[in-house]
Amino acid sequence: MLPMSLAFLFISALTVAGGLAAVALKNTVHCALALTVAFAGLALLFLDLGAQFAGFAQILVYIGAVAILVVFAILLTRGSETPKDGVYSKHWPAGLVIAAAVFAVLGWAILSSAPQLPNASVAPTVTVLQIGQALMTRYVLPLEIIAVLLTAALIGAVIVAMHEKEGAR
Amino acid sequence: MFEKLDQIFVLLLHWILGWLPAGLRPVTGVLLSVVTIVCVFPALFAICVLLERKGLGRIQNRYGPNRVGPFGVLQPIADGIKSLTKEDIVPLSADAVVHFLAPVVLVVAAFLGFAVLPMGRNMVLVDMDASLLFYFAIGASTELSVFMAGWSSRNKYSLLGAMRAVAQMISYEVPLLMSSVVVVMMTGSLSLVKIVEVQNQYTHGLPHWYIFTPWGFAAFILYAVAGTAETNRSPFDLPEGESELVAGYFTEYSGFKFALFFLGEYLAMLSISGLGATLFLGGWSAPFAFLSWVPSWIWFFGKMMTSIGVFIWLRGTLPRLRQDQLMNFAWKFVLPLTLINLFVAALWRFMGEGWLRWAVCSAILMVIYILMARVGMRREHLGPREYRYAE
Repeated sequence: MLPMSLAFLFISALTVAGGLAAVALKNTVHCALALTVAFAGLALLFLDLGAQFAGFAQILVYIGAVAILVVFAILLTRGSETPKDGVYSKHWPAGLVIAAAVFAVLGWAILSSAPQLPNASVAPTVTVLQIGQALMTRYVLPLEIIAVLLTAALIGAVIVAMHEKEGAR
Repeated sequence: MFEKLDQIFVLLLHWILGWLPAGLRPVTGVLLSVVTIVCVFPALFAICVLLERKGLGRIQNRYGPNRVGPFGVLQPIADGIKSLTKEDIVPLSADAVVHFLAPVVLVVAAFLGFAVLPMGRNMVLVDMDASLLFYFAIGASTELSVFMAGWSSRNKYSLLGAMRAVAQMISYEVPLLMSSVVVVMMTGSLSLVKIVEVQNQYTHGLPHWYIFTPWGFAAFILYAVAGTAETNRSPFDLPEGESELVAGYFTEYSGFKFALFFLGEYLAMLSISGLGATLFLGGWSAPFAFLSWVPSWIWFFGKMMTSIGVFIWLRGTLPRLRQDQLMNFAWKFVLPLTLINLFVAALWRFMGEGWLRWAVCSAILMVIYILMARVGMRREHLGPREYRYAE
């Protein structure tokens, strides 16, 4: 087993607690806020591992944008009031099975790839400069493809919003 | 002598640490620096509030606070005691936990931004590789606290104020980031310490500040606009528009929690000014080479307080924008200009030294600014106003 530091234990407990609260809480906005705690915990895990860029990008994207998007979506669609007949879907056992299956596949993939990794005793230090250079040289094609995909999504979202407005007139 | 004065706080810290056993030194060093930041900036907040009330008073042809102490200088202390002793009212239907957490999250996030600002030579709490990214990541999380405050109050004014604030902050965060990216492109580093070091050079006694380049000047103006909107300051203070929303997202806060929101707002102003000074105005470096004997921290705090003065001046001068004007301005004017500025900065980088790049870059920025302003004005159909809801 890897030696676990106190910081790692604390952060992972926070992340897991946030994730569990996001599933278990009744109020939808509380769930969204608990999810934000889980995001923050993940960012702290990245920082604990010395991955500054990934950690800050996680905060910037997930807390600064995704969490805000989630609460906006909740408030603008149904209202944040808790429904009387409970928030749990009737099909929660099926959801549990799917979640367990996804977790098993991910765990299997990670565990089976672990022996192939170089057995480094010292964690590699990657600067932001190196990440930027890698993105602009070796990974430039994936980067551009993702950029095109996101632009398409953006235009699609605008078109969906515009269409709705015209129908309302 | 002057070098000692420049490094006085660093030397003081080392002197205090010298008395301690070696094992305790790193922890105590960090703790002392944090305590200093947590004390200095609220003190500056008090000074800012007094300056603002006095300055606004003078702009509006009145005296401002002049009862407590000589010229009213003790007013912040009186205000502090008042907010500490006031009853803390929490609405019955409010969400107690979130209502309590919102001001705490806001103030903590506002303080965290100061951790990476270099406030003088060797005076930075955490010198990390990606400090600019850290600053923006922390800044992004204040939006959530604003939302928490507005939602948990269970008040329509609060919720509307929070929605306005979050929409505004998201819209202006894009130009804020984009205008700072130019500096990163030129420096080749996200580290704020390195950004200041690059600007701390002189030719013919004049500094290499980024504001003295066409792209830097444009980026600074855009940064100032976006920063004003990001801190919800006038003329972008719609989220707190008292004529429409009582006090916006902190309507239901009283006593010290209200004071915390106030503190958070001013801390955000101070830190966005500090970041602006670091990115474009050379941080702690002197404006002329012959003035570089003056301690570096005086320059940093001087620049910061000067921009606070500009904030106050703007608040006393400009009327508030309308919501649609605010959004149109962000997405149709400021954002395209920042994108063009990125292109201009790249052009500047690859044109090499000489007067030609000055002419070309300035011309591009000027022409595009004028064209966009003209087209935007024509599309606005300026004329008599129509009020849809006030008939």
